[in-house]
Amino acid sequence: MALPMSADAPTDICAIVRALNAGDMRTCARLITRIERSEPNLVPLLQALYRAGGHIRIVGVTGSPGVGKSTLVSKLVAVWRKRGLRVAVLAVDPSSPYSGGAVLGDRLRMKEHSCDEGVFIRSMASRGQLGGLAKAAGDALTVLDAMHWDVIVIETVGVGQSETDIMRHASVVVLLQTPMGGDDVQAAKAGITEIGDIFVVNKSEHPEADHTVRQLEEMITLALCLHPEKTWRPPVVKTRATHGEGVADLAGHIDGCFAHLAAQPETARLQLRDRARHRVGELLHYMLEQRLRSGVGLLPENLIDSVVARASDPYALAAGLLARMD
Amino acid sequence: MNAGTGIKVIVTMIGLDGHTTGAETVSMILRDAGIEVVYLGCNQTPEMIVDAAVQEDVDIIGISSHAANYDQVIQVVNLLRAKNIGDIPVICGGNIPRSRFGSLKGSGIAEIFPPGSSSEAIVGYIVNNARKAYAAPIPEALRAS
Repeated sequence: MALPMSADAPTDICAIVRALNAGDMRTCARLITRIERSEPNLVPLLQALYRAGGHIRIVGVTGSPGVGKSTLVSKLVAVWRKRGLRVAVLAVDPSSPYSGGAVLGDRLRMKEHSCDEGVFIRSMASRGQLGGLAKAAGDALTVLDAMHWDVIVIETVGVGQSETDIMRHASVVVLLQTPMGGDDVQAAKAGITEIGDIFVVNKSEHPEADHTVRQLEEMITLALCLHPEKTWRPPVVKTRATHGEGVADLAGHIDGCFAHLAAQPETARLQLRDRARHRVGELLHYMLEQRLRSGVGLLPENLIDSVVARASDPYALAAGLLARMD
Repeated sequence: MNAGTGIKVIVTMIGLDGHTTGAETVSMILRDAGIEVVYLGCNQTPEMIVDAAVQEDVDIIGISSHAANYDQVIQVVNLLRAKNIGDIPVICGGNIPRSRFGSLKGSGIAEIFPPGSSSEAIVGYIVNNARKAYAAPIPEALRAS
């Protein structure tokens, strides 16, 4: 049996914190694995890391499957690397609802940063989480935070209309779309279209690209008219990520968004409060779920049968199980 | 169906080997067994693969080889050992002649799956031989006091 940690990876809390502060990728990588396994005994370490953290710029990148998120992230990282910035990327892809397995294909698009010591890339499977990220993402960000990267990018799974968890983890959310995404009513809908701090129309060589940009600009103008308290007007950027076109422009807008947050301390404070509140809620949810599972165990099949036969109902069964929690 | 839960695998090709069909098929077979596959695609160097193995903390590496690039395959094993993570097994698939099996295994390749290998054989091997880091006990120092 292999050792739980490789010979080079430290095992006590102080040593782990020191190793992370020194930028040790192996310690970071193993810790993220252990977070994904929900090892409960990591909590003291994560508490220490959380309390010391919160200083790193976190950029979220989201959008539908195949719009070019990973390719764009790779090109963004290249722009930042040229400026000498050190970057970590956490890239989430979906798990199979059938087997729990996954094919994580984000790293494939980021080859140009292999073997660059200033870049850390970690793929993560969503493992059933529905908000566009993985359950382990929050704690993984806490670990990355401790490594003093200049920027952390978190890339969501390919999302639909309602996967908005990214806004609770990233200070700046970049929402990617491609041309031909639908009409102005699609742009006016609630959900994902509301959370972009920066809108990107990728694959901009498509003849419909300018039309899509106009639709987004109109939606943004209208949203600002309805919410005059909002001080940030999300820019719309055209990119062609495979060729790197428009990416420097996007990086400039990301800087602009962070500068805006810095100049608006009240907005930034509310955002941080919102994120903290959400994180507490998330953990509460996991802890309750764990207690429920450990207290109740698996649902007895005869009770399920009674619901199927309509002799009982889902409300009664759920309330009964909750009452059995200590 | 989910015999491979908790196992993380790299599936990759090396160098100019661009025959992706096999690697993509195996990736889906592993996915369906509950395994998490980090698919690196083609144009990888041994250094890039080992770099990815560290950052992704994988339990086993699968290399699809259809281009007689055996030296580079063996280089992956050597680099893993040099980085003190030689406990990550390296397995191969593809059109590797049987006459090469002995020398590859002698150089540290854990197992070879030639054309015709069954899904069950590949999954079974990975489940039984992947680095068991995911199942290892938690170090005492990290237990809550």
